[in-house]
Amino acid sequence: MNKMKYRRYKDKAFLYLMFLITIIAITPLASIIFELVAKGFNQLNISFFTEVAPTTLDSMLAKSTGNPVKGGIANGIVGTLQIVGIASLMAIPLGVFVGIYLAENSNKKFSTLVSFSTDLLAGIPSIVYGIIAYAWIVIKITDGYSGFAGSVALSIMMLPLVIRSTEESIKMIPASLKEASLALGTSYRKTILRVILPSAMSGLFTGILLSISRVIGETAPLILTALGSQVINLDITKPTSAIPLLIWEFYNDPYLINMIWSSSLFLMLLVLIFNISAKQISKRWAIQ
Amino acid sequence: MGNTINNNNIALHIEDLSIAYTKDKYAVKGINADIYKNTITAIMGPSGCGKSTLLRAINRMHELYPEIKVTGNILMKDQNIFKINAMEVRQKIGMVFQRPNPFPSMSIYENVLAGYSLNGIKLKKEEKDRIVQEVLEDVGLWEEVKDTLHKKRTALSGGQQQRLCIARSIAMKPDILLLDEPTSALDPISTSKIEELLMKLKDKFTIVIVTHNMSQAARISEYSMFMYLGDLIEYDLTKKMFTNPNDKRTEQYLTGKFG
Amino acid sequence: MKDRLFKISLIATCALVLLIMGGIIYTLAKGALPTFEEYGLGFITSSDWNPNPNNEHYGALPFIAGTLITSTLALLLCIPLSFPIAIFTGYYFKGTKVASIISDIVDMLAGVPSIVYGLWGFYTLRPIIVDLGLSQQGFGIFTASIILTIMIIPYATSLSSEFIKMVPNDLKEAAFAMGSTKLEVIQKVIFPSASSGIIASYILAMGRALGETMAVTMLIGNVNLIPTSLFSSGNTMASVIANQFGEADGIKLSSLIAIGLLLFFITVVINTIGRLIMKKLKV
Ligand SMILES: Nc1ncnc2c1ncn2[C@@H]1O[C@H](COP(=O)(O)OP(=O)(O)OP(=O)(O)O)[C@@H](O)[C@H]1O
Ligand SMILES: [Mg+2]
Repeated sequence: MNKMKYRRYKDKAFLYLMFLITIIAITPLASIIFELVAKGFNQLNISFFTEVAPTTLDSMLAKSTGNPVKGGIANGIVGTLQIVGIASLMAIPLGVFVGIYLAENSNKKFSTLVSFSTDLLAGIPSIVYGIIAYAWIVIKITDGYSGFAGSVALSIMMLPLVIRSTEESIKMIPASLKEASLALGTSYRKTILRVILPSAMSGLFTGILLSISRVIGETAPLILTALGSQVINLDITKPTSAIPLLIWEFYNDPYLINMIWSSSLFLMLLVLIFNISAKQISKRWAIQ
Repeated sequence: MGNTINNNNIALHIEDLSIAYTKDKYAVKGINADIYKNTITAIMGPSGCGKSTLLRAINRMHELYPEIKVTGNILMKDQNIFKINAMEVRQKIGMVFQRPNPFPSMSIYENVLAGYSLNGIKLKKEEKDRIVQEVLEDVGLWEEVKDTLHKKRTALSGGQQQRLCIARSIAMKPDILLLDEPTSALDPISTSKIEELLMKLKDKFTIVIVTHNMSQAARISEYSMFMYLGDLIEYDLTKKMFTNPNDKRTEQYLTGKFG
Repeated sequence: MKDRLFKISLIATCALVLLIMGGIIYTLAKGALPTFEEYGLGFITSSDWNPNPNNEHYGALPFIAGTLITSTLALLLCIPLSFPIAIFTGYYFKGTKVASIISDIVDMLAGVPSIVYGLWGFYTLRPIIVDLGLSQQGFGIFTASIILTIMIIPYATSLSSEFIKMVPNDLKEAAFAMGSTKLEVIQKVIFPSASSGIIASYILAMGRALGETMAVTMLIGNVNLIPTSLFSSGNTMASVIANQFGEADGIKLSSLIAIGLLLFFITVVINTIGRLIMKKLKV
């Protein structure tokens, strides 16, 4: 009887201990969100979105005359949209096609090789992609730091996720659907593009949104490629700013340091929006 | 005899057809048969005897899986279907599967017209509307769905889905309609609706139906095939086969001794 | 015709993936070549990283050490922290609202950008380390390892909880039927049958830690020496690249690329081991 009691206490104690550790493990998240909101929220105003980042000089002058430092992160927002947008334009069609091939030819040797490479790509640290885009684009093509080089680095990072989500969601489509389409005399191409892909759309969309949310906050590869820019720059062959790059600049500049919180808060929000919409899509469509 | 079909009443001439899923393991063994125009032919036999395998060969579904080996000939109007473009064959020979499989990304309207849109055949709006109404009336679905034609992801019952799949096939005006146990996933009411539909449709098409349900075969078909372990044991008028089968195995099957 | 074109373009895109993969290895190897020609394998074993033009010399050991030490520490710290969460989502609250809330929170943790972790580490974690008297400035191996731990918890958790979920119910029921408590079921049933999956999860989580850049760069102290204690400053392979790549050229640039190549190899090896274990389990 006593032994039984002891076992039950031990069981309870273990549960509480686990609970405590879980709380400890997610405390940093609460702390991060609290810090970002507390320090960054009241800096989010119109000029934050419409003005470019202040220079060190502006900021020094403003500080010395006692005025508030003016400026926003418009150059970073535009740059991020541009860099991530172009990365998506490259990664999504490529990844979808590869995913289709892998789903359709899963037992070929060639597929195994491609699949293995995809796994490798997924594991490579982002800084290495920075080096690669630097060597391929900065040196060879744009002859200097460029937003395009940043896009290339990010697009290779996105690839594995897009490939895998396409492959997985196509594999979930029952073979009968493909047969039904072909039985109507439809060509293979139309069957894949007009019947299979639309039916796999939710999984595909989820994967794409997740891959965007994964790269939108990437800093390291952009330091090696896009570099940053003081102005809004729409030329993809020239150095371009991005929100994470601006945070990095602000962090390293004692005169601009107070802008890191609003920028980080905004970046977090962006990531969250993509993350949550990805989840919503997969939840809502999964019921079907 | 040669390779030509003399008789105008023959829709399909199957000649020495063998199909193997894995090397030397034949699921269909050297079948010869003529399918007659504007009739319903039922294929029966115990599970695993090769009914689906035979049916799927007729619109060349096996080609999706390169490991499957098909030998022999099937002639349709003097043409060997294995020698012409597979897409063309499939447009003339429609297929309805055991599980209803409407395209989930399309509305009812788009599903009915899928054969046209997917084959890149452009139709005028009035013509589309006409086909959709006509075909849905044919399958007895028009009254039930005419208000939700353009809604995506409408919830249809299994029977409605299957009738939609039949509609999708016959919208293409095929010569031949193949059905693989189209009612086995359905309730009795939906089943009888589909049976009525098939009896009506045989004026327009030649129908080949695989069924496990002997009374179904007796109710709707003129001709019946009995298959066993990949062989075509008996092929005759349904009335004859059900009353006076030639082969003992057929008799045993029909009297429920096995299967 | 169009079908052929379509199939060919599918294959072509796959070939492009192989080309990218091959190109990455080629580019890294070619960039690293001058360094290995100059120093041979001594590049890996030398701890002398000296950009001073008078006696310029590059050795990668301090960074290899920094990377391995921080990642291993992060792995060790991550195990006790992520195991409870995995047990909650994969066993105690399997399939319930609680589990989905916990895993949503964990997912959010995975979504925080590296640079934001760095800021939080700098402004919140570092002062705590200083207050505790663990180190003067609060930078160093230990601080970097803590931030890495927090960053890899989501990966370890979500992967290992999948394996815990996969333990068949009848096994658990059999144990309960004999009067076991939940803890005993964890010890006797879940742990033995899910252990290799859980281990693979941790290995893959460590693979993440190896390449983390920004947060580590902001907290490790950026000193090009082999760390001598838990609280001494150092540099990791990723952080030295991030810090010095911009101003580098010649042999220094080549050495940084060589470090990138080594980092590539280490992560590939670790990730492949993790995935091989996982693949074995799925069969
Ligand atoms: N995809 C496949 N791969 C390998 N063998 C198969 C495959 N499909 C069917 N077979 C084999 O071929 C034989 C005939 O199968 P088939 O599906 O044609 O039978 P069936 O008469 O339609 O049976 P049921 O009434 O159960 O549908 C069976 O022995 C089966 O095991
Ligand atoms: Mg069958």
